[in-house]
Amino acid sequence: MSENGKLKLGLYWAASCGGCEIAIVELREKILVVDEVADILFWPCAVDAKYKDVEAMPDGHMDVFLFNGAIRTSENEEMAHLMRKKSKVFVAFGSCAHEGCIPGLANLFDRQSIFERVYLTSQSVDNPKGIVPQTSYQMPEGEVTIPHFYDTVKTLDQVEDVDYYIPGCPPQAPQIWAVIEAILSGNLPPKGSVVGASPNKTVCDECKHNRMEKRIKKFYRPHEIIPDHDACLFDQGIICSGPATRGGCGALCTSVDMPCRGCYGPAPGVIDQGAALLSAVASVVDADTEEEAARIIGEVVDPAGTFYRFGLPASLLHRKKI
Amino acid sequence: MSGNGKDFEPRIVGFLCNWCTYAAADTAGVSRMAQPPNVDVIRVMCSGRIDPVFILKAFAEGADGVIVSGCHPPGDCHYQEGNFKTFRRMPLLEMLLQQYGIEEERFYWGWISGAEAPKWAQLVNDFTEQVRELGPLNWKQQIESKE
Repeated sequence: MSENGKLKLGLYWAASCGGCEIAIVELREKILVVDEVADILFWPCAVDAKYKDVEAMPDGHMDVFLFNGAIRTSENEEMAHLMRKKSKVFVAFGSCAHEGCIPGLANLFDRQSIFERVYLTSQSVDNPKGIVPQTSYQMPEGEVTIPHFYDTVKTLDQVEDVDYYIPGCPPQAPQIWAVIEAILSGNLPPKGSVVGASPNKTVCDECKHNRMEKRIKKFYRPHEIIPDHDACLFDQGIICSGPATRGGCGALCTSVDMPCRGCYGPAPGVIDQGAALLSAVASVVDADTEEEAARIIGEVVDPAGTFYRFGLPASLLHRKKI
Repeated sequence: MSGNGKDFEPRIVGFLCNWCTYAAADTAGVSRMAQPPNVDVIRVMCSGRIDPVFILKAFAEGADGVIVSGCHPPGDCHYQEGNFKTFRRMPLLEMLLQQYGIEEERFYWGWISGAEAPKWAQLVNDFTEQVRELGPLNWKQQIESKE
């Protein structure tokens, strides 16, 4: 705490979309309470402080640091090391820092194939000289450099020591508030805990739809069907990540009949969210012969992207074979 | 024993159901049917008990190939429908492994009854050579890479 008794808070975004910043603003009027109890020392999105200001701080200067975003480039990793060094409690905030999230789906590709697509073959690209980013370039004025783009997207805890995880894409405002209250009261769980989410429930436990354990002959993608409001989405053939996903969001997506996408990460006790979801999907298939099972299963589009939509870098295999 | 070239000995993990394929493997052993020592057998009560996590973890921790084998459907299963779970689950896992870039020749799933010891010995021979041909998978090294 600083001399004025306020909590010293820092926030940073690495490879992320900015949604986690919006989630904090979504505290609405409570953001004023945050301002009353905390000094925000670093938050590129909202506060004018520079990297060199952080570098000048003594080690462990900030009480709590909320780091969102995955580790995509050498800059992201450098920032993770710096912020960790300058803070006491280091929190992976949001799905990207927690488990890689949507940026992590790039682990189904590698640096070269991503560069080829983005800078050379994409329909909207006009790049006749075929220029792709280089980490350093000699200009008449001297050498200019940019960060190195990694082959593999990493989670925050794969490059730095993390104290707590707040899941969600983005974390829900009431859950963020609950965590801030816990920090202020000093009532923190053991290091390594997932906070701001249910300690022991899945999204299914919070979902209003009724599971009848039906078996299905056909899978539907969300745009191919208008779902029933009361019946379990899985029972209707829509792949829903609810059974494999940690609760705490209040089952927001399924409350408007959209399947859970799995952003709160693996359910408590689940080692690999995708593998758990794969088993759940296979278990609803109504097939008594190998041929029929293969036909129904064959309709599942993009298993890796569906089962690991938010957690590929944190999964057992991390990425596609290079 | 990873490394390229002829000295590469593939590490293969086999998940076998207690009632059929494990019995076949046992018979193949006591009958002294020639087979390479590359398959580490893990006996499970039923092929329907094999969580996809087992297979992913095997690859993640250094296996070059994985075998899953149980009782012939529809009627051989000791638990009547355990193998139904297997044939609903494994095709989906196969699709997933392909997306991960793991060659399909590294993963075998199928059925070998307790009376088919020669079929087991043949599978071990063929599969080991097939994986040897592909070379080491080295997933652990890939995960530990700095970038």
